[in-house]
Amino acid sequence: MYDFAYQKPSSLADAARALASDADAKVLAGGQTLIPVLKQRLNKPSTVIDLSKLGLAGIKVSGDAVTIGAMTTHAAVAASAEVKRAIPALAALAGGIGDIQVRNRGTIGGSLANNDPSACYPAAVLALGATITTNKRSISADDYFQGMFTTALAADEVITEVSFPVPARAAYVKFKNPASRYAMVGVFVATGPKGVRVAVTGAGQGGVFRHTAAEAALGKSWSAAALDGVSISPDNMNSDIHASAPYRAHLVGVITRRAVAAAG
Amino acid sequence: MNAPFEGIGASVRRKEDLRFISGRGNYTDDINRPNQTHAVIRRSDRPHATIVKIDTAAAKAAPGVVAVYTAEDLAAIGGLPCGWQIHSKDGSPMNEPKHPVLAEGKVRHVGDPIAVVIAETKQQARDAAELLVIELKDLPSTATVTDALKPGAGQVHDNAPGNVCYDWHLGDKEAVEAAFAKAAKVVTLDLENSRMIPNAMEPRVALAEFDRSTSDYTLYTTSQNPHVIRLLMGAFVLGLPEHKLRVVAPDVGGGFGSKIFHYAEEALVTWAAGKLGRPVKWTAERSESFMSDAHGRDHVSTAQMAVDAQGNFLALKVSTLANMGAYLSTFAPAVPTYLYGTLLAGTYKTPAIYVEVKAVFTNTVPVDAYRGAGRPEASFLLERLVDAVCHDTGADPVAIRRQNFIPRDAFPYQTPVALQYDSGDYFTTLDVALKNADYAGFPARKAAAAAKGKLRGIGVSTYIEACGIAPSAVVGSLGARAGLYEVANIRVHPTGSVTVFTGTHSHGQGHETTLAQLVTSQLGVPFSQVDIVHGDTAKIPFGMGTYGSRSLAVGGSAMVKAMDKIIAKGKKIAAHLMEASVEDIEFADGSFKVAGTDKVKTLSEIALTAYVPHNYPITEIEPGLDETAFYDPANFTFPGGCHVCEVEIDPETGVTSIVNFTAVDDFGRVVNPMIVEGQVQGGIAQGIGQALLEHAIYDESGQLLSGSYMDYTMPRADDLINISSATENTLCTHNPLGVKGCGEAGTIGSPPAVINAVVNALKEYGVRHINMPASPQKIWGIINAGRMAAE
Ligand SMILES: Cc1cc2nc3c(=O)[nH]c(=O)nc-3n(C[C@H](O)[C@H](O)[C@H](O)COP(=O)(O)OP(=O)(O)OC[C@H]3O[C@@H](n4cnc5c(N)ncnc54)[C@H](O)[C@@H]3O)c2cc1C
Repeated sequence: MYDFAYQKPSSLADAARALASDADAKVLAGGQTLIPVLKQRLNKPSTVIDLSKLGLAGIKVSGDAVTIGAMTTHAAVAASAEVKRAIPALAALAGGIGDIQVRNRGTIGGSLANNDPSACYPAAVLALGATITTNKRSISADDYFQGMFTTALAADEVITEVSFPVPARAAYVKFKNPASRYAMVGVFVATGPKGVRVAVTGAGQGGVFRHTAAEAALGKSWSAAALDGVSISPDNMNSDIHASAPYRAHLVGVITRRAVAAAG
Repeated sequence: MNAPFEGIGASVRRKEDLRFISGRGNYTDDINRPNQTHAVIRRSDRPHATIVKIDTAAAKAAPGVVAVYTAEDLAAIGGLPCGWQIHSKDGSPMNEPKHPVLAEGKVRHVGDPIAVVIAETKQQARDAAELLVIELKDLPSTATVTDALKPGAGQVHDNAPGNVCYDWHLGDKEAVEAAFAKAAKVVTLDLENSRMIPNAMEPRVALAEFDRSTSDYTLYTTSQNPHVIRLLMGAFVLGLPEHKLRVVAPDVGGGFGSKIFHYAEEALVTWAAGKLGRPVKWTAERSESFMSDAHGRDHVSTAQMAVDAQGNFLALKVSTLANMGAYLSTFAPAVPTYLYGTLLAGTYKTPAIYVEVKAVFTNTVPVDAYRGAGRPEASFLLERLVDAVCHDTGADPVAIRRQNFIPRDAFPYQTPVALQYDSGDYFTTLDVALKNADYAGFPARKAAAAAKGKLRGIGVSTYIEACGIAPSAVVGSLGARAGLYEVANIRVHPTGSVTVFTGTHSHGQGHETTLAQLVTSQLGVPFSQVDIVHGDTAKIPFGMGTYGSRSLAVGGSAMVKAMDKIIAKGKKIAAHLMEASVEDIEFADGSFKVAGTDKVKTLSEIALTAYVPHNYPITEIEPGLDETAFYDPANFTFPGGCHVCEVEIDPETGVTSIVNFTAVDDFGRVVNPMIVEGQVQGGIAQGIGQALLEHAIYDESGQLLSGSYMDYTMPRADDLINISSATENTLCTHNPLGVKGCGEAGTIGSPPAVINAVVNALKEYGVRHINMPASPQKIWGIINAGRMAAE
C-alpha cells in the first residue's frame, strides 16, 4: 500500500466536497475491492474518504419498491426479512456473494460503483430496472452500466441508495467461477412493472447486459420451455482459462432456463 | 477408575491443536528480533530474458534502505545445491546447471529473484524495490516439455543441450519387447499429470540473525527439515560450519513437500544478516508463493500394457517427459525416477516392466516433490492404463485387477523395477472397499441419476506406494547425496516425565500426539507427561526431517530403539536396587519387576535413582537416563489400498460432483486412528483437488495464468463430501512398530479413482481418457463435441 490521507466525514455534503476538491481521492465503502487493490499497489489515491459515517446504510420497503442505502452490507440484505418477503431473489443474490467475511463488509454501493463484469448485483439492478440515486441525480439502470468497470458515475459522484421496483416474479441463478466463485455466468430474470427483463453478468465482454432474445421469448410465454431455440452468440462473450466464449454462451442458455424455472 | 488408554491404537485428541486453534501457534512470521530489517525481493516478470542492466542507485538512496544486493554482490557464495544425482541411460551424469541465489545474467522463469532490497520497514523496502531499474531483453522461452524438446526451442541453460537434464531408464527392455511381440493385445494410453501449486496455508518466511560476539548465525525458517537446510545452506552455499549455524523451524503451517527444499531466500537473509550485522526478515506474499514455491507433478507420458487373451498383464512400457522447471530444486531429479519408475509395478504381478524418463528444463518455476511425489504420477498412469485395458478389451475393471494382483502368499515380492514389497493384501482392501462403497448397488444408483438427467460413473483404483525413505545405502546407490535415517533422543527426567527430541518435523501431521503415544505404550509414561520437541538444530542431535510419510516408520522406529536403550539401562539400575540379576528383571507397564517375585520399581523411581545416584552401580554405568538412537531402515514401507469414487455429472453444464468416496487403506499398525483418518481425508481432498479443480496453467511463453486464488482453484469444503475411510492392515515386517505411513496415500490413490469414475460416467460419449483436472469446461467440451457429432 502506498501512503494516503484518510478522512471520515460525517455529512454527505462534506464527503462530496472532499471528493470534488481532489481528483485523486477515492471513497471507501466495505473495502472488499479497494483494499486489495491498494495492497497490491495497483492504485495510488491521495485521500481515502470513508463513507461509513454518512448514515447511508439501511433498507426501506414501500408497497412497490425496495430501497437500499449504498452502505448496506450484503449480509444485511441477505438477512432482511422485508427484502426476503418483497424480492426474495435479491436477498438470495446477496447471500450468495463471496463468503461471510466479504458479505459482512461488502456493500451494494461499492459493488455497483465498481461494476466488476463478474459481480452479482449489477444483474439484479439491470433486470429489475432499478434506479440508482447519487448525491447529484437519479440514474436508471439502463443508463448506468457502461462496460466493464465503467459506469455513468462522475468522478465526484457518490451513490446514496438504490431503489428496486418489486417484481411479480424473479430469480437469480449463478454459475460460479470454480476458483474465484464470482459469477462465471449469472442470470437474473424478472417479470413485473418493468416488463420481462433478463440480465446476464459474468459472461459478456462489456459487463452486465440484457439478453433481449430471451426477453422477447419470455414476453410471449413465461416458461423455461419458451427459451427453446433461443441462443446467444459467443462473439461478445468473455473467454479465459475457466470458460471459452462458446462455453459461456452455452451456459447463458442453461442458466437462463434454470432461472426462469426457479422464478416459477 | 482406570486412566483412559492413550497408547498405540488410541484416538487421542491432538495436543497441539489447542494452541493452533486458539491463535497461540508460534510461526516464523510471529518471530521478530531486535533491530530487525526487512527484505523485499524484486522478481522477474519475464519467463526468459537477458539482464541488460540493473540500476540500484535510486533504490539505495531511498528512505530507510539499508542495502540493495544483486548477483554481483553474491559472487563469493555458491549456488543452491541439488541433493540427488541421476545418471542417464548412457551412464553420464545429469546436466546440473547452476541455480544461483539471485539471477546471474539471465532470468529463467517468472518469479526468478533478481535483487533484494533491505530496509528498516517492509513498506520502505517495497517502495525502494519499485525504484530499481531493471532492463531485460526477452529470449525465446518455453513452458511445456513438449515445446522445450522441439528443435530450435529456446535454451534454458547453455550447458543443458536440447533442454534435457537426463534421459534415464529402468527395467528390462528386451523382456518387455519380447512380451509385446507375443501379446494378444497392446493397449496404449497417452496421458498427462497436471502441474500443481502446493499452496501451504502459511507462506514461506525466513528470518536470520548474526551474533557479533560469537559469530553464530541463526535462521528461523518455514522448513520440513531444519538439519537438511543447515547442511545444504552451510556446506554448499554459504560455507558455514554446522556449529556456527542454527536452523529453527518452529510451528509450520503446512508444507506438502514444498517446504523440504532449500530456497534462495533462506541463504539470502542469512548471508545478509552476517554482512549487515542485523537480523533480516523476509515473508512471502501469496502471489510470490505462487511463483516461487516449488510446483508439483507435470508429466507427459505414453503408457503401454501388453495383455494375453485371458487379460493377464504381460509387460508394461512407459515413456515419460518430466518438467523440471527452470532449475533443479533440491530433490527434483529423484521424483520422476526413483519415486516414480520404481512404483510402476503397482499392485500387479506384471512380469516385465521398462520405463524411460526424460527430465526437461522449461521456463517455469522449479518442480519438485509435492505430497506423494512421483507415486501419484505412477498410480495415476497405471490405474488409468488398467481402465484403458478394460475399455479396449471389454474386461471388467474389478475382475482384471483381482486377476493380476500380487498373490497374498507372494510376499516378500520382488518387482521388476527394483523394489521388494515386504507385505500387503490387495484382495482384502479391494473387497472391503467394494463392500463399503456398495459397488453392487451402483447400477441402480446410475439408473436413478439418469432419471434425473444426470450421468453417474464409478471408478476404482488399487494403489501401492513406497514410504519411509529409506535405507541410506540404497538411496545412496540411487544417487542421493544424503543418508536417510532418523534420529531420536529420549530424555527421561529425574521425576519420570519424558522429553523426546526427534529429527522429524511436524507441520500439521500431529507428531506431538502420535509420537507421545509411542512413549506411553513403550515406557508406560502417562501421555500428559511426554513432550515432543522438533525443529531446532540446537536442541536435536540430528535429523532428516519429514517427507515421504517417513516420520513414524523411520522417526518412530528411532524412538523405539532409543527407548530400548532406556529400558536396558533401567534394568541394570533396577537389578542393583532390588538386588537381583539383570536377566531376571522384566519391564512392563512402566515398571521393572523381578520375575517371579512381587518386587517392583517404577520408571520414575529408576529415573530418580539415575539422577540421584546415591545407591547406584556407579562403576558399571553412568548416571542419567537419556539415550539417543539413529535408525536406518532396512527397506521402504509399502502402504497400499483401494479407493472407490462415484461421481455425478450434469451434462448441461459439465459440472462433476463427487457423490461417494470410499477409501480402504493398508497402513500397517495404526497408532492414532483419528489422526490417520484426518491424513486420509486431507490427502483425498488434495487428490480430488488435482482430479477436478487445481491446475497451474502457463501460457506458451511461460507467463503463469493461474497466479492467484482468482484463477487457481483450491478445493473447498463444499467441493467435497464425507469420505468413508477404513483400514485393513498388514504389518510392515522390517520396522519395530510394523508401521507403514499414511501421509500421502490420499493423494496417490484418489486421482485415478476420480478420473476412472468420470470416464465411466462419460462412457456413452465414447470417452476413453480425460486429463486432469476434469473441469466443467473440459467435460462440457467433450459432451458438446459428442452432441455435435451426433447431429
Ligand atoms: C473474496 C471475495 C469474493 C467476492 N465474491 C463476490 C461475488 O461472488 N459476487 C459479487 O458480486 N461480488 C463479490 N465480491 C465483491 C464484494 O462483494 C464487494 O461488493 C465489492 O468488493 C465492492 O464493495 P465494497 O463495499 O467492498 O466497496 P469498496 O471496495 O470499498 O469500493 C469499491 C469501489 O467502489 C467505490 N465506491 C464504493 N462505494 C461507493 C459509493 N457509495 N459511491 C461511489 N463510489 C463508491 C470505491 O471508491 C471503489 O472504487 C467479492 C469480494 C471478495 C474480496
